[in-house]
Amino acid sequence: MNTDAAGLGKGRAVAFVLPALALIAVFLVFPALWTIYLGLTDYRLTGLAAANPQVVGLDNYTGALEDPRFLTSLWLTILYVGGSAIIGQAGLGFTLAWILRARTGPVRRIVEGVVLLSWILPSTVVGFLWFALLDRDEGTLNALLHTPGFAWLLDYPLLSIIIFNVWRGTAFSMMLYAAALENVPPSHLETARLAGASVPQQLRDVVFPRIRRHILTNLLLISLWTFNDFTPFVLTGGGPEGRSEILPVYVYRVALRDGQLGVGAAISFLILLINLVFALAYLRLLRGQRRQQEVAAAGGPPA
Amino acid sequence: MRFPSRPAVIAATAVLILTSCGTGTDSGSGSITLTIAANSIQGGKNSESATWIKQWVIPEFEKTHQNVKVLFQPSGVDDEQYKTKIALDLKSKAGADVIDVDGIWVGEFAQAGYIKPLTDVGGPAVDQWEGWSQIPQAVQGLGIFDGKKYGLPQGTDGRVLFYNKTLFKKAGLPDTWEPTSWQDIIDAGNKLKTAGVPVPIQINAGTAMGEATTMQGVLPLLAGAGSEIYADGKWTGASQAVKDVLGFYQQIYGGSGLGDPKLQQEAKGRDKSFAQFAQGKIGILAESDYFWRSVVEPNAGVAPMKDRDQVVGYTRIPAKEPGGGIRGQDHVSMSGGAVRVLNPFSKNPKLAWELLAFMHSAAATKSQLAGQVRISSRTDVNSEVLTADPMLKYIADEVLPTTAYRPGLAVYPQVSTALQEATAAVVSGTSADEAASAYQAKLEGLVGGAANIGG
Repeated sequence: MNTDAAGLGKGRAVAFVLPALALIAVFLVFPALWTIYLGLTDYRLTGLAAANPQVVGLDNYTGALEDPRFLTSLWLTILYVGGSAIIGQAGLGFTLAWILRARTGPVRRIVEGVVLLSWILPSTVVGFLWFALLDRDEGTLNALLHTPGFAWLLDYPLLSIIIFNVWRGTAFSMMLYAAALENVPPSHLETARLAGASVPQQLRDVVFPRIRRHILTNLLLISLWTFNDFTPFVLTGGGPEGRSEILPVYVYRVALRDGQLGVGAAISFLILLINLVFALAYLRLLRGQRRQQEVAAAGGPPA
Repeated sequence: MRFPSRPAVIAATAVLILTSCGTGTDSGSGSITLTIAANSIQGGKNSESATWIKQWVIPEFEKTHQNVKVLFQPSGVDDEQYKTKIALDLKSKAGADVIDVDGIWVGEFAQAGYIKPLTDVGGPAVDQWEGWSQIPQAVQGLGIFDGKKYGLPQGTDGRVLFYNKTLFKKAGLPDTWEPTSWQDIIDAGNKLKTAGVPVPIQINAGTAMGEATTMQGVLPLLAGAGSEIYADGKWTGASQAVKDVLGFYQQIYGGSGLGDPKLQQEAKGRDKSFAQFAQGKIGILAESDYFWRSVVEPNAGVAPMKDRDQVVGYTRIPAKEPGGGIRGQDHVSMSGGAVRVLNPFSKNPKLAWELLAFMHSAAATKSQLAGQVRISSRTDVNSEVLTADPMLKYIADEVLPTTAYRPGLAVYPQVSTALQEATAAVVSGTSADEAASAYQAKLEGLVGGAANIGG
């Protein structure tokens, strides 16, 4: 088989690819390697160690892994991703898409419009709006519920940012699932209904098998985004006393507020590794899924 | 879901690259631009100072320097955020030519090579400046690190207890309040609480308030307990004095209802405490004279009080017991102050020094004080203007003689954070002893072992 489909020849092909590779090297590979190097030093934002950083080996990594604040932060992040992305955004997004699938007209447009609006607004604006909503002294929510002085952001910091992020990010899941549901042939659903299948049964046996890859892709994307999400900082600043300090906020505090750039780089690298594990797990699931389908397609009747 | 097609991505990338190339240096019309950066902004934080720079410094300087254009780069954020921004600017060899920094950052910035001694940047003109003879040695010290002058001090400040006289009257407390011990503060707090004042006492605590916790809370209290954070080459660990300080915090925030623990944890807690004081919800609040001249100031303050001169009282911070403070004092204070430094990476360092010196000339200082009276660095100006404001005169005459300064060491900001964390622990319910030993453990890690820590 001829692999040179474009007929460029090796030299020209390399010439075409080179700019892209150079960009990737400069903006992706080099910073990543640089982060690994920084993570091995005691580099700081100010002071002597800013001028002459010393290599300290794996101290930053062992230090981070022994720091209870890092472990708490990791746990908070897992709760945040699980609660807001996997359960909240994906669940709510699918529910909305499912309810709206057969609808047309103003209801659907209004719901989609509102959900999309929360997705497209700049995060600082949204953060400020939510701060105004949840504020202890003059917050809108306290005025609505007649609970003056209830400190939502202080007493339930994690829950606050989870609900905030569900509100903020549901649009993506909803649109993705809405598109995915169009792949489910209406005749299959109708047959299932005629056979007396309840809604959960329809979902389990007709819908989910059809859109499983969409679900996995969606979960992969939103959990990676949420894992690296910095917006909650606008709401709580990681506080009170670290109770909503998810990993991106933790890195910000360590690296920029406390000025420990070396430690911050080490933690960033740990986060990168965690992200990689996430991504690999999902991709593996996806690939397994594809292989199953290929097998099924090969064995099945011609379409 | 479908990802955007590859040509689209390439096109988008190409556009990004091309547009990012567009922002080069300006066309070079022959004129020189100088920039001033400060954590002040018109209509917000330190509004007076921003107004002074824009309406006096820039036009006056441009008058005598025809080809020079001076720009002001305002900020209005927490000091920690401003510090990060400035450090990143200088780290990338960029940023404004004349920069406002807190005197306490000079050491770590100098060690990092972000700032250089003034003579290295501005040349021999620096040593010949007329202003040096007008700045007292102690105030010059704010800009000195390792015996070299890195910055020109803008002035200094002192810490006092501010109190609301209306609330004091309601609680049956005297109009002129002169507490002589910590117990007096607690007693007054209890009376205020009985009189229905929502927040009797506000002593900054917790990490959200940053250095304001250390400077307005821990360090004055520590001085009142007879101890300094750094003395004779050793840092103060979990000593009795530190435990006393944390115990005092516990008296206020540990369920007595004398203080509002939640206010210490909020992301914008300090700003809120200002607003609440102005609304008559806080009885006693520890702050520097900054509070008087920039926060509750009737016209340009961030939480203005029209009746400030009648309602807001101020009194020296008492030692734990009379005579129990550092140097056997009855009253204590802490002082700091901002300095202006030159950016060593400035393209026009000589001119930048001219601008800096101009900003610290007697005429400039007087003009600044016309907008907002404060204790400037120049004695010639102080003697003229301080009489105009009884509060600032009080600071100069009564408070500054008893004051103390923070150690200008690079590790200090980290020690400060450890102290903030100790108060945060007490506010959220940890006992003072436990918080003190956690602080000791943290301190050992910061300053290189127990050998550098005194009892």
